[in-house]
Amino acid sequence: MSKTIISDSSEWSFPLLERFDREIARLAHNVYGLDTYANQIEVISSEQMIDAYSSVGLPINYQHWSFGKQFVATEQTYRRGQMGLAYEIVINSDPCIAYLMEENTLPMQALVIAHACYGHNSFFKGNYLFRTWTSADAIIDYLVFARRYIADCEERYGQAEVELLLDSCHALMNHGVDRYKRPTPLSLAEERRRQKDREAYLQSLVNDLWRTLPVVEDADGADPESQWPQEPQENLLYFIEKNAPLLEPWQREVVRIVRKLGQYFYPQRQTQVMNEGWATFWHYTLMNHLYDEGLVTDGFMMEFLQSHTGVVFQPPFDAPYYGGINPYALGFAMMRDIRRICEQPTDEDRHWFPDIAGGDWQGVLDFAMRNFKDESFIAQYLSPNLMRELRLFAICDDDREEHLEVTAIHEEQGYRALRQALSEQYNLGTREPNIQVFNVDLRGDRSMTLRHYRHNRRPLGDSVDEMLRHIRRLWGFTVRLEALDEQGRVQLIGEC
Amino acid sequence: MAHFIDRRLNGKNKSAVNRQRFLKRYKSQLKRSVADAVNKRSITDIDSGERVGIPSKDISEPVFHHGKGGVRDMVHPGNKDFVTGDRIRRPEAGSGDGSGQGKAGRGGTGEDDFVFELSRDEFLDLLFDDLELPNLVRNQLMGTTEFKTVRAGYSTDGSPANIDVVRSLKGAIARRTAIGAPWRARVRELEGELEELLSGGIDETDPRVCELRHEIDRLHTRIAALPFIDTFDLRYQSFTRLPEPTSKAVMVCIMDVSGSMDQVRKNLAKRFFILLYLFLQRNYDKIDVVFIRHHTIAQEVDEEDFFYSRETGGTVVSSALNLAYDILSERYDSSVWNIYAAQASDGDNWDSDSTICRDLLIDKLMPLMRYFAYVEITPRQHQSLWYAYQEVRAMHRHFAMQEIAGPEDIFPVFRELFKRQEA
Repeated sequence: MSKTIISDSSEWSFPLLERFDREIARLAHNVYGLDTYANQIEVISSEQMIDAYSSVGLPINYQHWSFGKQFVATEQTYRRGQMGLAYEIVINSDPCIAYLMEENTLPMQALVIAHACYGHNSFFKGNYLFRTWTSADAIIDYLVFARRYIADCEERYGQAEVELLLDSCHALMNHGVDRYKRPTPLSLAEERRRQKDREAYLQSLVNDLWRTLPVVEDADGADPESQWPQEPQENLLYFIEKNAPLLEPWQREVVRIVRKLGQYFYPQRQTQVMNEGWATFWHYTLMNHLYDEGLVTDGFMMEFLQSHTGVVFQPPFDAPYYGGINPYALGFAMMRDIRRICEQPTDEDRHWFPDIAGGDWQGVLDFAMRNFKDESFIAQYLSPNLMRELRLFAICDDDREEHLEVTAIHEEQGYRALRQALSEQYNLGTREPNIQVFNVDLRGDRSMTLRHYRHNRRPLGDSVDEMLRHIRRLWGFTVRLEALDEQGRVQLIGEC
Repeated sequence: MAHFIDRRLNGKNKSAVNRQRFLKRYKSQLKRSVADAVNKRSITDIDSGERVGIPSKDISEPVFHHGKGGVRDMVHPGNKDFVTGDRIRRPEAGSGDGSGQGKAGRGGTGEDDFVFELSRDEFLDLLFDDLELPNLVRNQLMGTTEFKTVRAGYSTDGSPANIDVVRSLKGAIARRTAIGAPWRARVRELEGELEELLSGGIDETDPRVCELRHEIDRLHTRIAALPFIDTFDLRYQSFTRLPEPTSKAVMVCIMDVSGSMDQVRKNLAKRFFILLYLFLQRNYDKIDVVFIRHHTIAQEVDEEDFFYSRETGGTVVSSALNLAYDILSERYDSSVWNIYAAQASDGDNWDSDSTICRDLLIDKLMPLMRYFAYVEITPRQHQSLWYAYQEVRAMHRHFAMQEIAGPEDIFPVFRELFKRQEA
């Protein structure tokens, strides 16, 4: 046994955790050049972990029954042993907060520190989506503001009233992002300062909808610009916040809070494969480096490898417990594959990836981490080698056909189609229905018309009626939903 | 360098509020579920938490999502022998929507419930929501024969045993400081003057110096003469006796065990008794239960015998009422005990006995009672006992009677008996 071994016990203690953190930080920063936020590592019990789960992983949040439901559900499955808790939760904030569970053994804690505090942390700091859509230094402050604001509203306007509003906003949470405009950063002080002005200003804007003075019009009346908004709006929550005629100022602020939260989670929904793959790749690399330096024992590595392989296991499509592609497995395999392409390129790699084959793997990975999301990352870096390894195949399911068709497999003719199909699978635009505000009848009954832009003839699910009721509650007047298919035909789906 | 924080000692019930909100929001569904559970569950474990279910669709949080249909391309791992262009029969369920998980638990109702556990208290809260014990007002007005001694701050007199030393000495210090203050101020003043004189080169023997010194000494003596402790300073711990509303209740369970009461009916009766017991338990600290069973003669028995032994024979209800009266007058003084009684019977009685029962109740038992509930477990026509009891009800508001036909009636009947009455 080497003298440098940190500990051969599986029991953790704070001094040991600090020692591990020091070693891992040294490797991550000095050897591998990861750029991270400062870490704040909090040790919590399993009950507290369930708490953290149920407020969507945020350390503080406003109060709402749906978090209670989540809590009850998590507690149930955990108590009955149907589900283990995640070993860690990490929050995209500066300092980056990571939770360790006290039940974990020492190797697990070390794994989590490497995974969350150096893997995820550097991803949060580096990836362009996170840099664009979230402000790590302000999120906690903003949550404090949101919690207090909503508690105030509950006191003033009644809990039931606020709850109904939040229900409706939550339903639209995924439709609260401008995909093409960069949001302004949040800051608590500024939020407070501007909030008052905003209330007054917003109300004055909305008043335009209520103008009763006759507008001077051309005599023919058929105004070509009667379409409003002029361009369809994809950010439903933003549109409602700014334009719903009947909302009180405080209600607009609540809509805004939910919209901002949705925006905070927006990058996470688009970088699951990359984010988990990156973190998993780094815990794997860092742990192995610790082992190579003789800092940890064989037993430690065995335990680490066991949970690591559990995490990156990908069951084949015909296994009874197959649940789609495991983002950890795919992400980890891709990161490793990129390193392999850099270090040991084959002729095939040189052909497919002339710009990175034989390059500096750290630089290539860093570039990939910073500048891609799942969709583009797969489109750019999924290699034929990996497609063969995972034995990927693409299936086309057309409800007009009696059979499913295998459209591409892991072979020379199939690589590009396969890669395209997998990339498309992670395209948020395809995964979620594209619904936009198409028209508001300004001159008439103020009804709002939404349009579902159908893709591949895929219809909306059965939640449409309920969703329309939520939108109507926010908008205050009739809401109509139309579907526009690829042939340009419009069909009314629902009205409320 | 990371910053480690041990949060394990922080509260772990951060979600308690959200959980409560969830329960509150779905109270009506939960109440239904709880009421079902009471009727279904085995009678021995009624006093625990309960798993309850709410239909999942009631609590779903909708979002826009794609439905079935249209064209979908999917990529899966683990290809074994497919080649491009293969056509595969569409899988039966789920149509390969990528989740791969068939809907579990198809058998049964076909609709999955969101099932979770309520704690015992939450369960009972929902179960007894809107119910109250009748005549609690009377209970608080009378029956205040018990007292308890509680601390009531400090007083200036009392027995030496109750002297509070710390308080007394604090008072003494305050008094000495307050009374001595002007003298000490004067001393400081004179000392200042003296210093000035001495530093001005004036001799110790100067008459003015002597006078000042004399005065200072005199003041010091006066300060020293302040008594260290005075009777005025003494503080005693004070106790006072508060009348305490009695929080003791006795529940008299009377059950007919004659041949016509079979095990099924006894089980129904038992569930009713248990509900009553749980309900009383929420209102009283201490509850005695008296079990009286009867056929032609009545006996006080323990719980086991009460519910499970079988007797045969005819039915004389008055025997039980007499025995109840004897026990109550002997052991449970109605000014101290809150007396509740519940009687379960199938309604059989000797015809001539029913009027005796009526008179017994009206004259002797009802004046002692907080509440008397009679449940008749019979799907048949009422017999003389029911009509006799109707006369009792006409005279006493705190007498109630209901009929139970099957297990599904128990809880509704119980609610009916104890529902909150308009004032």
